[in-house]
Amino acid sequence: MYAYDEIDRTLVNERVSEFRDQVKRRLSGELTEDEFKILRLQNGVYLQLHAYMFRVAIPYGTLATNQLRALAHVARKYDRGYGHFTTRQNIQFNWIKLAELPDALADLAEVGIHAMQTSGNNMRNVTSDQWAGVAPGEIEDPRIWSELIRQHTTLHPEFSFLPRKFKIAITASDHDRAAIKIHDIGLRLIKNEKGETGFEVLVGGGLGRTPFIAKTIKHFVHGRDILSYIEAILRVYNQYGRRDNIYKARIKILVHELGIEKFSREVEEEWQHIRNSSLQIDDEVIEDIRSRFTYPAYEKLPHMPDELRQAAADPEFEAWRKNSVAPHKVQGYSIVTISLKPTGGPPGDATAEQMDALADLADKYSFGEIRVGHEQNLALPHVAKRDLPALWKALDKLGLATPNVNLITDIIACPGLDYCSLANARSIPIAQELTRRFANHELANLIGRLHINISGCINACGHHHVGHIGILGVEKNGEEVYQITIGGRADENAALGTLIGPGVKFDEVADVIEDVVEAYLALRERPEELFMDTVKRLGVEPFKERVYATR
Amino acid sequence: MTSPLEQKKIKIAGPSVVTANRTWDGIVVYRTAAKSWSADLSEAAIVRNSDEAKALLAESVADDVGAIGPYIAPVQVGEDGKILPGNLREQIRRTGVTIGQPAQV
Repeated sequence: MYAYDEIDRTLVNERVSEFRDQVKRRLSGELTEDEFKILRLQNGVYLQLHAYMFRVAIPYGTLATNQLRALAHVARKYDRGYGHFTTRQNIQFNWIKLAELPDALADLAEVGIHAMQTSGNNMRNVTSDQWAGVAPGEIEDPRIWSELIRQHTTLHPEFSFLPRKFKIAITASDHDRAAIKIHDIGLRLIKNEKGETGFEVLVGGGLGRTPFIAKTIKHFVHGRDILSYIEAILRVYNQYGRRDNIYKARIKILVHELGIEKFSREVEEEWQHIRNSSLQIDDEVIEDIRSRFTYPAYEKLPHMPDELRQAAADPEFEAWRKNSVAPHKVQGYSIVTISLKPTGGPPGDATAEQMDALADLADKYSFGEIRVGHEQNLALPHVAKRDLPALWKALDKLGLATPNVNLITDIIACPGLDYCSLANARSIPIAQELTRRFANHELANLIGRLHINISGCINACGHHHVGHIGILGVEKNGEEVYQITIGGRADENAALGTLIGPGVKFDEVADVIEDVVEAYLALRERPEELFMDTVKRLGVEPFKERVYATR
Repeated sequence: MTSPLEQKKIKIAGPSVVTANRTWDGIVVYRTAAKSWSADLSEAAIVRNSDEAKALLAESVADDVGAIGPYIAPVQVGEDGKILPGNLREQIRRTGVTIGQPAQV
């Protein structure tokens, strides 16, 4: 966990006071909505279909149990008893009242949580690998660098009025769990030949109506130079990024239009002006941040404790363990992913009761720490293997032990037309129906790793372009129509999916997905060949034929 | 359902209302003939041509403290005078999400 200092606490508290005054002036009519809108957006407050929506940042996806309890408290006291975890390590509350927002923010500030820069044209929450600090083989904990960037960019005046929103993600593992290639800036932590820490810097990734996979702009930037290099990128973007057309305002468009070579030359030129300035980071700064992250006092535990050996006889436990439990860097410990994708439930939602109970379990089994992943699941990062059977039983009672992590029902979905003012079609009911269709665990396991992503409009909050199967809801003649893509992925081999044919109606989507899956099962060469491997080997045509032959 | 946020011109094809969200709590409201806001669609003022729609929208925009984000939305008016939302988006705004909320699942 990271311990905030007095500066952070003061900043957050002052922000609450400032926003309280702004809300008061808005409600009295002293501020018009036009004047107030940018202020509320800078505090994570949107207007959605039914109410205001309040987005709270969970920097690099790390939560302490008192913070999770505070989120449960906000859900219970100011909302309707639940929250929605998003694809960018935030949580959203859908039914918040503007008049009560300052109180909700004040309650969150007590535990060091805020909503600064969770919306608006500024630097958004810096995200990272939800397994940061515990994943085997990791170069080093990427949260240290995430925190450095968070501190530097929070309320930075030069980054507060960018052409458009700006998102950074960082990973330090070979396997990218932070989806860095679909971010404005993606940072991959690496070591150079001298063993020095630095980053491969990628730029210009993003989804939405014009999707791009990020391109490498520099193969190695030393850690001490990362702030100046990021700042150079942002300065070039700030100077040349389009402000005349919201659909062309993201950095991905600038990188595409200039070309990565010209863009990188501009950045390089800018960087040389600022590289040897106060932006160069002293080792002491990094060490100070590092020292504010505390790590558990792990015990020396056996690799295979008796409790785990005995529980292995229970097929239900084993089904959960195989999909939810991952290796930890410390022997005798595991990382446990908690599925927020129950059969028939909205993906990514958790009730206040679940959050409170999970906080208790994290205190008991995970050194008081919870993580939030971009797949809209949670994780307990430090669970002793001997405790896995007891944890599983406790999670099961809470409805949090669905054994579907990384399987077909572990669906990423945006709120869609049920909540979102931008949406053209519903996402959540499609996800719910698919979780029912594939509820049989043996079938889901037979299918193997398969990610479905659903977006209710072209803004792509459900990351449909990078789903193994992507579903995009659009509107045609007043009806919801869904376009299906296959072959996308969001990991280190990120790729955009390919459209398989004309859109299908709401009621047909689950049937079409079943057809795609049946085609895959028939086409794969062996059970170990994953869906993505089959698509790579055969292309989309066989799937297209299967889906549209009878439609 | 094309988002009304993308509405560029006022062009109505049938009976319509002006809807918005109440400023202090964000709930869905409709502009009434009495120049106020109501959470009840049956109390909404109905407009039937673009001039009426423009006038009602202008009046609604002017009441910035009462509600925000006003726009024109289609409705259906039954023979009995009952007003119903004209599309799925407005149906969802009126009656709520089409899914069980987590606490109810």
